Amino acid sequence: MDNQYIDHAIILAGILFCLGLVGVMVRRNLLFMMISIEVMLNASALAFIAAGSAWDQAEGQIMFLAVITLGAAEVAVGLGLTLLLFRHHNSVDVDQLNKLRG
Amino acid sequence: MIWAYLYSIVFYASCGVTVVATLLMISRHNAVHALLYLIVSSLSLAIIFYLLGAAFAAALEVIVYAGAVMILFVFVVMMLNQGQRSAALEAAWLPARGWIIPSILAFILLTLLLLGMNSEHPLQPYGVHGVAVKDVGIALFGPYVLVVELASFLLLSGLIGAFHIARKMPSPMDQNTLDEAGNG
Repeated sequence: MDNQYIDHAIILAGILFCLGLVGVMVRRNLLFMMISIEVMLNASALAFIAAGSAWDQAEGQIMFLAVITLGAAEVAVGLGLTLLLFRHHNSVDVDQLNKLRG
Repeated sequence: MIWAYLYSIVFYASCGVTVVATLLMISRHNAVHALLYLIVSSLSLAIIFYLLGAAFAAALEVIVYAGAVMILFVFVVMMLNQGQRSAALEAAWLPARGWIIPSILAFILLTLLLLGMNSEHPLQPYGVHGVAVKDVGIALFGPYVLVVELASFLLLSGLIGAFHIARKMPSPMDQNTLDEAGNG
């Protein structure tokens, strides 16, 4: 399959994943780290879609559905944890949240 | 002739909008601004999904990411209302530079959409056959039915987990009061 657009979509997925990774590592606000994780999930979804289109198989979109389900569950639980940590420590700064031993 | 290059223009413009929106998103100080850029990034990714022949995935991307996930984030930003700092933040949200760049990016996306919806030369996925929703459904409920079951487990555990984690716990003082009331 010599389709340049699929190659470029894979490259875009790599760029987006790196941007999300940089966001997770650079930001210290738990909310921004969650948003960056969403970007990384989006990038992997794009890679699955592009690969599924390249081979004309339905598996790419099935994995996309799995990724999007994972993202929804992850956001629900992660934002719940964020709210809980904010209530206990009055902060969403991960540098102040390193005392989980109680 | 623009129509010959329409696919390339829309594809690469969407790629550019996605990267620019994501870059701006991870560099914002304000959570609401970052969410605006995340919405734009999701919408342009949906255009790319459509161009790659996955129209159903594009619709899901808009509904789930730009819809449901974003609502969750907005509610949490509301609940994390950070006390005295929020007043200063409200003042900082007022200037136009907060929403003008997301508006420009969204306007680019709207232009691309109108270009693609031209009735004489409707934009089609190019170079790929595209997987029909019917094939996805047949595969999903045939050999991949385990994925559906796992997704339902995951969503149920996510629902219960989020409900359990984020519910309002009684503070220790209230707990003592409750215990005394129970003993009395």
